[in-house]
Amino acid sequence: MAASPKEPVQFTGAGPLNAPISGVLTWVDQRFPLMSLWRDHLSQYYAPKNFNFWYFFGSLAMLVLVIQIVTGIFLVMHYKPSAAEAFASVEYIMRDVPAGWFIRYMHSTGASAFFIVVYLHMFRGLMYGSYRQPRELIWIFGMLIYLCLMAEAFFGYLLPWGQMSFWGAQVIVNLFDALPLIGPDLSTWIRGDFVISDATLNRFFAFHVIAIPLALLGLVAAHIMALHEVGSNNPDGVEIKKHKDADGKPLDGIPFHPYYTVKDIVGVVVFLFLFFAVVFYAPEMGGYFLEYNNFIPADPLKTPPHIAPVWYFTPYYSILRAITEDFMLVLAIGVAAYVVLIWLTVRDAKVKMAAAAIGLVVIVLMKGGPLALEAKVWGVAMMGAATLIFFLLPWLDRSPVKSIRYKGSLFRTALTIFVITFIVLGYYGVQVVTPVGTVISQIGTLVYFAFFLLMPWYSVMDKTRPEPDRVTM
Amino acid sequence: MSDKDANQCKRQFLVAATTVAGGVAAGAAGVPFVASMLPSERAKAAGAPVEVDLSTLAPGERITVEWRGKPVWIVRRTKEMLESIKANDGNVSDPDSNKPMQPAYAKNEMRAIKDEYLVVVGICTHLGCSPVGKFAKQAEAFDSNWQGGFYCPCHGSLFDLAGRVYKNRPAPDNLVVPPHKYLSDTRIVIGEDTKGA
Repeated sequence: MAASPKEPVQFTGAGPLNAPISGVLTWVDQRFPLMSLWRDHLSQYYAPKNFNFWYFFGSLAMLVLVIQIVTGIFLVMHYKPSAAEAFASVEYIMRDVPAGWFIRYMHSTGASAFFIVVYLHMFRGLMYGSYRQPRELIWIFGMLIYLCLMAEAFFGYLLPWGQMSFWGAQVIVNLFDALPLIGPDLSTWIRGDFVISDATLNRFFAFHVIAIPLALLGLVAAHIMALHEVGSNNPDGVEIKKHKDADGKPLDGIPFHPYYTVKDIVGVVVFLFLFFAVVFYAPEMGGYFLEYNNFIPADPLKTPPHIAPVWYFTPYYSILRAITEDFMLVLAIGVAAYVVLIWLTVRDAKVKMAAAAIGLVVIVLMKGGPLALEAKVWGVAMMGAATLIFFLLPWLDRSPVKSIRYKGSLFRTALTIFVITFIVLGYYGVQVVTPVGTVISQIGTLVYFAFFLLMPWYSVMDKTRPEPDRVTM
Repeated sequence: MSDKDANQCKRQFLVAATTVAGGVAAGAAGVPFVASMLPSERAKAAGAPVEVDLSTLAPGERITVEWRGKPVWIVRRTKEMLESIKANDGNVSDPDSNKPMQPAYAKNEMRAIKDEYLVVVGICTHLGCSPVGKFAKQAEAFDSNWQGGFYCPCHGSLFDLAGRVYKNRPAPDNLVVPPHKYLSDTRIVIGEDTKGA
């Protein structure tokens, strides 16, 4: 270096002049907590040593987020958010922009991949009790990420301005119409017009590329900060912080870097094989990732003969469709039965009274003649409740153990039935409405809610096995 | 001591007052942003009435015209169609059109000014899809005893040829009859009516 040795080096003796790399690091470190961030989150973040296959999906979700942001930036360079030009600009990206088709297929496949990875990540949490105390906030941040993801997918789906874009948005925005009193004004406000129009497309574009991604990034940061504060759960559901060595490091923990960074890279390679197999050979995935009707420009006067949302929304869509006028009686009986169950098994008088009062109001709003809300309102409410009920999971599960490895057959059966129900609801959500399909969706809706609402009982009745003291491999 | 207490009290008051004032300012700052998402003047102005010529519409056929960005259907109903509507009273949830889904002059069995012409907004009252016309009287996948009418592909709602919704379907209400009036026997205007008619 050409600097004179007389130059005063402030703050540090081992400055940039002596050892270039460590010198630069020290210089930065005295101004920004670079090394301590690296240590806290990677080289000295101790994760349980018994992570298995299911622990790939958190880091894969981050990878897909990066893919979506990077491909998104390059798509915005060519896309035109106006009703007159949107459809053509997407076709322009597909045909005329160099590698445009590749970037767009990565983005569209990435959307589905995001939900696959996140659903598996959530299933991991359900299996190993990752939502249990002290990880409730990690779970809540995670669920907020999931809601943002759904909003992001919904707003993004309007942008190609195809038939499914248009009518999908029409259906979802009209959900708000169902709300009593403010409904119609609210949906007009969301659309910025009396119909889905240029104004709607323009604002959905703003939400899709700015508002939601910003919220998403903030929530991902909060999710990881909360995780690193309390430490990761593991397939045994036991706390590794209970047993520490002389230096205060968990005996069953290994540093995230290099052990899990290297492990995750293996997962990334396998994931990318599958991801690009889809991008190159089946980007439409038989109409499930990109729906065929969306290759027809939006036509406000003609609904496509069959409307189905993209696959990741279909379980909730099934629940929405399942709530018909004659099903309201079943729902009201279900609510009454639940109140009776609480009344018979809970000792706390306040809880009993609260349950009875809430139950009564709900039943009146369901079946109370002139006071009853329309089945349509309940369909929307149940669909919303189906997504929001996940937030309550940390308080619904009262099992003495966290992991499915030590839970008994009751919980295992319940979780299996729940997963099957979720898939069946998803299947019927893409099908044309038939009487049989409606009945199956109605049964599925009841099972879906029973999994959550009965958990405080079956998780306690379940015959659990004792947790080990240390993790098992 | 009392001096300190007095200061403490003043401080608390100032903190509370600043918080409230700041909160009001923050809330007020949101108003223009929320307001900016309301329909613009241009969007509001785009709702002019539409005039339609019905002379070329054959019996049993339908035309679709655009009014305020929405499809409006005009169906010229045949005698058989009108009879199937009469026979259908038991299947629909609001046969007498008691809910205000139509102007007063269309609150009748056929939900029309003239029985021959059905004029309805072709938007399902469930979630806003546009139902499909299934006018033929034949067994359908959704109803083995189908009398002819409209089928919504989104969520399976059914409407008869007077736009009346079938019972136990997701849609709660009959199709909306827009304000309209006849200028002559075969010319109508949608979006405008005669006051008191």
